[in-house]
Amino acid sequence: MSANLAPEDAANPPCCCSTAKKDAPACATSASSHEKIEASRKMRWLSGTLAALLAWVLLYSQLVPFSEWVASLFPVERHSHAGEAIAFFFYDAPKVLLLLALVVFAMGVVRSFFSAERTRALLSGRREGVGNVFASSLGIVTPFCSCSAVPLFIGFVSAGVPLGVTFSFLIAAPMVNEVALGLLFGLLGWKVALTYLLFGLGVAIVSGWVIGKLHLEHWLQDWVRDVRAAPADIPSEKLSISDRLQAGLDAVRDIVGKVWPWMLAGIAIGALIHGFAPADTLASIMGHEAWWSVPAAVIVGIPMYSNAAGIIPVVEALIGKGAALGTVLAFMMSVIALSLPEMIILRKVLKFRLLAVFVGVVGLGILAVGFLFNALFS
Amino acid sequence: MKNVKVLGPGCMRCNVTADLVKAEAEKAGVAIELDKITDLAAIAGYGVVSTPAIVIDGKIVHAGGLPKAEDIAKWLKA
Repeated sequence: MSANLAPEDAANPPCCCSTAKKDAPACATSASSHEKIEASRKMRWLSGTLAALLAWVLLYSQLVPFSEWVASLFPVERHSHAGEAIAFFFYDAPKVLLLLALVVFAMGVVRSFFSAERTRALLSGRREGVGNVFASSLGIVTPFCSCSAVPLFIGFVSAGVPLGVTFSFLIAAPMVNEVALGLLFGLLGWKVALTYLLFGLGVAIVSGWVIGKLHLEHWLQDWVRDVRAAPADIPSEKLSISDRLQAGLDAVRDIVGKVWPWMLAGIAIGALIHGFAPADTLASIMGHEAWWSVPAAVIVGIPMYSNAAGIIPVVEALIGKGAALGTVLAFMMSVIALSLPEMIILRKVLKFRLLAVFVGVVGLGILAVGFLFNALFS
Repeated sequence: MKNVKVLGPGCMRCNVTADLVKAEAEKAGVAIELDKITDLAAIAGYGVVSTPAIVIDGKIVHAGGLPKAEDIAKWLKA
């Protein structure tokens, strides 16, 4: 029983302080034991993280031998269609899983430094222009879940964040997410991941700025403009290094745990394309010569709803078969950034006209990215 | 009797949060009255930007993401 009490005290330091006057000596001992427990927890987290990173590097260096070994277990010719597809799958799946876990972990730690409330405080009253750049960048690092898009939208607008700046945030947050970055990094390399990040930011900044310039505040739903809310004062929790590493691990558990089936399905389809699809047909549809493929990709992508985990492995296989990178990126961006469920949610706060402007402006931005990319990298 | 409000538009996490609060209150022996606030205008009125959020006796104690069980216990006892 007494053994159970110690960690409980440690978890509730304020309890100790509030009773400090009555019970000073007991408080002092429990505070120092609390410090000791916290110190050993920090040691555990730091050494655990280091060990995990070492294991990660070791696993990552063994990917090719592993995939060849697995492929050799199947009773098919290594250089046949099926053999290629199998080796591709067993090389890609663990590799992408490893890189995804790494990126999600890092992002989870970074995000523990931000909150939507703090971001709003940073953005309120900011001028357009600089504000758009700020909002888009904060969109990447601020924890965001699409189900809280509406409270966030209202909270931002009612706290005096300009409409265009709010849109910059709302475009960047879902589009440039850790899953997309992690998968692009894993499948197509850091250059493509970085390019996606920069162009995604660009689309969010410019689209938000344009929407701001159009002065469409009167196209918000009426009740949204009537909300007058004082920004909430939320007690900020002091987080230790252990807490932040824990946040990273929680993010990995939560996100990787959720997306891995999609990812495996995507990689399996990708592997089939890799092994079987005829390169000529695909290249003629999605290659550099077909200018109309970019707008077609954007239009097809808008109503589609898939998370990055399912779509990116397919995209990689298409690129391997000669599809132009810009076309494929435009497709990806429009699938991820403009989705039907999100529009249904936003419809609650935007009048139809504003929603249409939003889709139009972002769609045009993505279109520009596609063309620019194809022109730059052909 | 403490009044606890869970703010959220009815997403999965919001329901999980409400269940967590109920369980923790029972465990801690704190009598509570639990309200789920799903109306968007009402949520916005509290000034929170991220959901689920928890309001105890009119004071916002948490916003955004699933709260930890031990934190809920702490808030309920405070």
